[in-house]
Amino acid sequence: MPEIRVTPLGAGQDVGRSCILVSIAGKNVMLDCGMHMGFNDDRRFPDFSYITQNGRLTDFLDCVIISHFHLDHCGALPYFSEMVGYDGPIYMTHPTQAICPILLEDYRKIAVDKKGEANFFTSQMIKDCMKKVVAVHLHQTVQVDDELEIKAYYAGHVLGAAMFQIKVGSESVVYTGDYNMTPDRHLGAAWIDKCRPNLLITESTYATTIRDSKRCRERDFLKKVHETVERGGKVLIPVFALGRAQELCILLETFWERMNLKVPIYFSTGLTEKANHYYKLFIPWTNQKIRKTFVQRNMFEFKHIKAFDRAFADNPGPMVRPAAGPASTSTPVGLLSSAGVVFATPGMLHAGQSLQIFRKWAGNEKNMVIMPGYCVQGTVGHKILSGQRKLEMEGRQVLEVKMQVEYMSFSAHADAKGIMQLVGQAEPESVLLVHGEAKKMEFLKQKIEQELRVNCYMPANGETVTLPTSPSIPVGISLGLLKREMAQGLLPEAKKPRLLHGTLIMKDSNFRLVSSEQALKELGLAEHQLRFTCRVHLHDTRKEQETALRVYSHLKSVLKDHCVQHLPDGSVTVESVLLQAAAPSEDPGTKVLLVSWTYQDEELGSFLTSLLKKGLPQAPS
Amino acid sequence: MAAHLKKRVYEEFTKVVQPQEEIATKKLRLTKPSKSAALHIDLCKATSPADALQYLLQFARKPVEAESVEGVVRILLEHYYKENDPSVRLKIASLLGLLSKTAGFSPDCIMDDAINILQNEKSHQVLAQLLDTLLAIGTKLPENQAIQMRLVDVACKHLTDTSHGVRNKCLQLLGNLGSLEKSVTKDAEGLAARDVQKIIGDYFSDQDPRVRTAAIKAMLQLHERGLKLHQTIYNQACKLLSDDYEQVRSAAVQLIWVVSQLYPESIVPIPSSNEEIRLVDDAFGKICHMVSDGSWVVRVQAAKLLGSMEQVSSHFLEQTLDKKLMSDLRRKRTAHERAKELYSSGEFSSGRKWGDDAPKEEVDTGAVNLIESGACGAFVHGLEDEMYEVRIAAVEALCMLAQSSPSFAEKCLDFLVDMFNDEIEEVRLQSIHTMRKISNNITLREDQLDTVLAVLEDSSRDIREALHELLCCTNVSTKEGIHLALVELLKNLTKYPTDRDSIWKCLKFLGSRHPTLVLPLVPELLSTHPFFDTAEPDMDDPAYIAVLVLIFNAAKTCPTMPALFSDHTFRHYAYLRDSLSHLVPALRLPGRKLVSSAVSPSIIPQEDPSQQFLQQSLERVYSLQHLDPQGAQELLEFTIRDLQRLGELQSELAGVADFSATYLRCQLLLIKALQEKLWNVAAPLYLKQSDLASAAAKQIMEETYKMEFMYSGVENKQVVIIHHMRLQAKALQLIVTARTTRGLDPLFGMCEKFLQEVDFFQRYFIADLPHLQDSFVDKLLDLMPRLMTSKPAEVVKILQTMLRQSAFLHLPLPEQIHKASATIIEPAGESDNPLRFTSGLVVALDVDATLEHVQDPQNTVKVQVLYPDGQAQMIHPKPADFRNPGPGRHRLITQVYLSHTAWTGMPGGSEAAAGLQLQCSHSKMPLDGGW
Repeated sequence: MPEIRVTPLGAGQDVGRSCILVSIAGKNVMLDCGMHMGFNDDRRFPDFSYITQNGRLTDFLDCVIISHFHLDHCGALPYFSEMVGYDGPIYMTHPTQAICPILLEDYRKIAVDKKGEANFFTSQMIKDCMKKVVAVHLHQTVQVDDELEIKAYYAGHVLGAAMFQIKVGSESVVYTGDYNMTPDRHLGAAWIDKCRPNLLITESTYATTIRDSKRCRERDFLKKVHETVERGGKVLIPVFALGRAQELCILLETFWERMNLKVPIYFSTGLTEKANHYYKLFIPWTNQKIRKTFVQRNMFEFKHIKAFDRAFADNPGPMVRPAAGPASTSTPVGLLSSAGVVFATPGMLHAGQSLQIFRKWAGNEKNMVIMPGYCVQGTVGHKILSGQRKLEMEGRQVLEVKMQVEYMSFSAHADAKGIMQLVGQAEPESVLLVHGEAKKMEFLKQKIEQELRVNCYMPANGETVTLPTSPSIPVGISLGLLKREMAQGLLPEAKKPRLLHGTLIMKDSNFRLVSSEQALKELGLAEHQLRFTCRVHLHDTRKEQETALRVYSHLKSVLKDHCVQHLPDGSVTVESVLLQAAAPSEDPGTKVLLVSWTYQDEELGSFLTSLLKKGLPQAPS
Repeated sequence: MAAHLKKRVYEEFTKVVQPQEEIATKKLRLTKPSKSAALHIDLCKATSPADALQYLLQFARKPVEAESVEGVVRILLEHYYKENDPSVRLKIASLLGLLSKTAGFSPDCIMDDAINILQNEKSHQVLAQLLDTLLAIGTKLPENQAIQMRLVDVACKHLTDTSHGVRNKCLQLLGNLGSLEKSVTKDAEGLAARDVQKIIGDYFSDQDPRVRTAAIKAMLQLHERGLKLHQTIYNQACKLLSDDYEQVRSAAVQLIWVVSQLYPESIVPIPSSNEEIRLVDDAFGKICHMVSDGSWVVRVQAAKLLGSMEQVSSHFLEQTLDKKLMSDLRRKRTAHERAKELYSSGEFSSGRKWGDDAPKEEVDTGAVNLIESGACGAFVHGLEDEMYEVRIAAVEALCMLAQSSPSFAEKCLDFLVDMFNDEIEEVRLQSIHTMRKISNNITLREDQLDTVLAVLEDSSRDIREALHELLCCTNVSTKEGIHLALVELLKNLTKYPTDRDSIWKCLKFLGSRHPTLVLPLVPELLSTHPFFDTAEPDMDDPAYIAVLVLIFNAAKTCPTMPALFSDHTFRHYAYLRDSLSHLVPALRLPGRKLVSSAVSPSIIPQEDPSQQFLQQSLERVYSLQHLDPQGAQELLEFTIRDLQRLGELQSELAGVADFSATYLRCQLLLIKALQEKLWNVAAPLYLKQSDLASAAAKQIMEETYKMEFMYSGVENKQVVIIHHMRLQAKALQLIVTARTTRGLDPLFGMCEKFLQEVDFFQRYFIADLPHLQDSFVDKLLDLMPRLMTSKPAEVVKILQTMLRQSAFLHLPLPEQIHKASATIIEPAGESDNPLRFTSGLVVALDVDATLEHVQDPQNTVKVQVLYPDGQAQMIHPKPADFRNPGPGRHRLITQVYLSHTAWTGMPGGSEAAAGLQLQCSHSKMPLDGGW
């Protein structure tokens, strides 16, 4: 029995470390190769020894597919390919290919340079790994080998995020990666055609959430920023370098443009700048508005947003005002003076530039910090969001937070409704949930089974799901046979099974349906005749000839649309069925009627016998 | 065979030509009936199918006269039978279709042939084309029932064809020609009358998506032609909604909509339950579901159609805006609900804390339905869609539904307000317009108003102006709201000073709509103090004027308000009442020398008396005929004066009054001219005395042109009279010239021209001539034969007597007449900063003008620039430069490029005029030498 087997090595009933093994029709594919943010030991990478204890991975995997550049989807890639050892192809989209190494390098720097880890992958390994990457376009069908083919669909979420269809013969699996069903300011919505895969592997981060309209959030965000800036305050928006940062930049940029505002906006240098460069290049991957207007102006070429400049920070503006509050002793006055908006990394205020700026601005109640995403417990971001007003910084300093703290959630995952919508669009035979919490998955699984009547699975890491499939087998039919059958039947009715007589020839793993004559000819066989013969006893005292004549006239009257003939030798034929009357010697009162027909005429023959068994009508005489 | 055919052709057209000779062929082409012959020869000459195709293509480019169509068709058919190449046959078939469309040709004669060749045709493509030809024939003969039946039979026969193209065409034929009366008249019940709907319906499940689409389209076509579709189609169509192909789904949505409009009140069962609902509700739910379809074409289609489903029950309608929010399985309130609650609890800001939007109650997991089949959240999805086309369609649909249901209007407000922040300007503009359209049904909450007003800072002028229009007709609920609006508008004013007029106008309406809300704000707005005198604000400050406009308009219906004014306010009122009378209403101010009270009671009498007055004064004029010239002149003068005054006082009658006054003035001029003494003197010697008469003639001409073109709503009967007046002026001109010039030569030409014009008049207004009894023209036409033969001097003499004897024609008053006018807002006259430009280079000048009652401004309005050296330049603005903010009103915002190569003149004023003769002084442009 053919089957599809799926084993999550990561992201099974969990968020992070996405890595799913799929075997489909003898092909093994690995979907994503991510790291886990919550761990710093071996658990941060998937356990590749599951695939093979000894021996190279290349022998076991036909290809690796990376859905997008987030580290929880591609973080373990250099480790996997260079340190564990894999030389096969790695597929990803062009933007992912471009941005992925930047993030990996950043990740490596933090792990090795900051945390001092040994035995981590090196820059060279990242480069080597990226050499194995094959980039794919949207909707391009890539032939991995003779049988395995993959195809990318747009997924929203981040620049270059894609859903992949993996197809072998008539069996297929769709892996969504992370996706977003509602468009945002820089990306469109995920879309897939009605490809009816055997299995849809979907993320389920927001399995139990139905989100409000994005517009309210955007409006609130803009209003808050605008109000603060008008008051002469400063706004700090801690973001991660990629994804949300660009969305918010576009949002603010267009708002500034529309409202004709002159207040400066800055974003922190480094990663964001480099990433913006790629956003400028990959316009086809963005949303309708950006795609349509980029001929006039590339929306990512920001007019109002400038790179953050330290010199600006030290250059006091016209409205010099000393910092309020006791917190900062070494604050450069310039930063506090004029209104402005700053995007700074990282997003959870746990380190780096965003934390520095936060410390400088926290004391002024005119300022505002907007947290656009979730914050992990223990970070400064989490503390201020939960309402803490006095923060202990390193060195026993106490920082009093007077600035306003706002929370705005801009998330780019599909919510429960969105997931259902995608499942409805693709019409899979069954669904498998990954990348979400077990409890939430449970709810969504139940809903999918109830409302869409589709089987749903949610394996834990290391647990294998086996799906039996019934792949359709193509059979060639000879044109002559098809035409003959068509001519016999009435209209060909779509989607209705039809009965067809023919011979199935299986030869070298291909199947052909031909007419029996041709089959005989091809196989060099002689045709055998198969005849059924039956005796029917008739109560009749007359002579055989007369009986035959009576039978003839009876049949003639009953079977009006068949050809009934009376042959000179006294026998009667109906089409190819032969009837002969004989008189058994022992009883002159009964006549025996021999009925003989070939197996092709089985229907007519049995009808005739049953008809004759009822007896002949009494002669009028 | 070919020789035989050739012979036939020659016989037919009795032209003996040698086809071998080049010249002969040319000759053939020149003559009329030879078209077919030429074609035939070409076709016979063609050695390969490609050649023949070329000839046919060439032939198709030229039109064929109706008389020769049949001959051409015969030749084509003959060739068709011989032709083996399907592509040539295809072209011939398509030519047949084209030819049968020729005006004046009745194609029933070729139908038999077409059906004949159809039966023997093997190629599917040619078959499809032949069916198309039959369709063309069938549509040409809509009243011939027999032919239609036959064609439908043919179509049914070919429906079983294996090619989708043929089936498509068959269905199209059925849709266009299928008999409609079957259900009505019983006499057509024979075997020929088939149930077209059933046949078409069977192809809803065809294996080819194109055929399915064609079947649905054919069904829609039947509906369009007036056949009532059966209700059973509804279920079939619903199945098609889940089709794999977008064009099928799109057409199916349309079909469902059609059926839902036909049987809105039928009851349909809900599958998997015992309940039943109205069909229109069910259809609404289904179409709503399609708003989240995978294809945006379908989404646009669905969103558009939602708007026109007005019979849907309000319960369903309101669901479209409902989306049950949930976070982590706990029920969450939407931002809109939160905003509303905050507002009612008196708090204003929102979202201070994290978890402000924290979910509240637990949700029963079993009860949550993630894919509601109903209308749930359709508009929420539609408005959030990726494609702006879908969003616009959704906004439009919202607008239409809200106009028909006030409760829905109230509900959709939050969503519309949200759309004000869309990334595409078109969508923003559309939603502002929508809001304006439904503004009668709604009152804005303060937080909504806040969002609306935030858009005032938009850098797009269109958006701001649309918003001003919206504010003009918005209801605000609180005095804080008014204050907020005023503050934001003033902010807008400082940021974009060009919006001045629009903002003032907006405040005018805001004030007059909410007098009671403005009242408590007055002391604050005027910054008056109960004890202290405050400084007098600057009268020229646009912001201060804006505040005053708001207050004065509110004071109109709030008599207690003026008591709060300080002295200088009254002075400013008097000033503004004079300078900006269209913005500041007349107030009855206590204790003041009533600035306008002497006029104001008489200004506002009811409409009827003034209308009556107009009628009376015009009737008085009609007795003109019986008065002596002196009396007539006086009467006219008085009446003209009356009318002009009336026009000034009653703005709604200004058009009529002006129009009739102009007409009377023409008459007056004519009478005056005829009173001249010069007529009594026989000799043509009085050269200088005649200038009054010729000036009068000239002026009459000018005035009549104005009457004809500068008013909207002028009907034909007025045009006749105007032309008649002009004719009189021309006669006058002729007489004057005859009297003042010596020699006959120029007179000859003029006479002839005049008579031509009379002739033209007669031909053009032949239908109206009976109304012109006793008039100048009437008499003129009586004498026409004589005039044609007489000498110029004699003509002049006749004309002169006739002019004097002719009766005064009454001008019937048109129903709706408005004087076209244009106001140039920018460039403002006498600007202090003259435009400087270097000669040879180009400078752009912004032109902003409001045009009132101009018909078809895109074609009629031009901008004229007059340079100081007298050169004039006409500039045609782009059609996109015209905006249409209201009925009868247009706004021209364009840029005019000025450039001038060196001129030697001194710096001087230059004048620009909008094309409709509305002069406006233009900024001075001293030349800043570049040479």
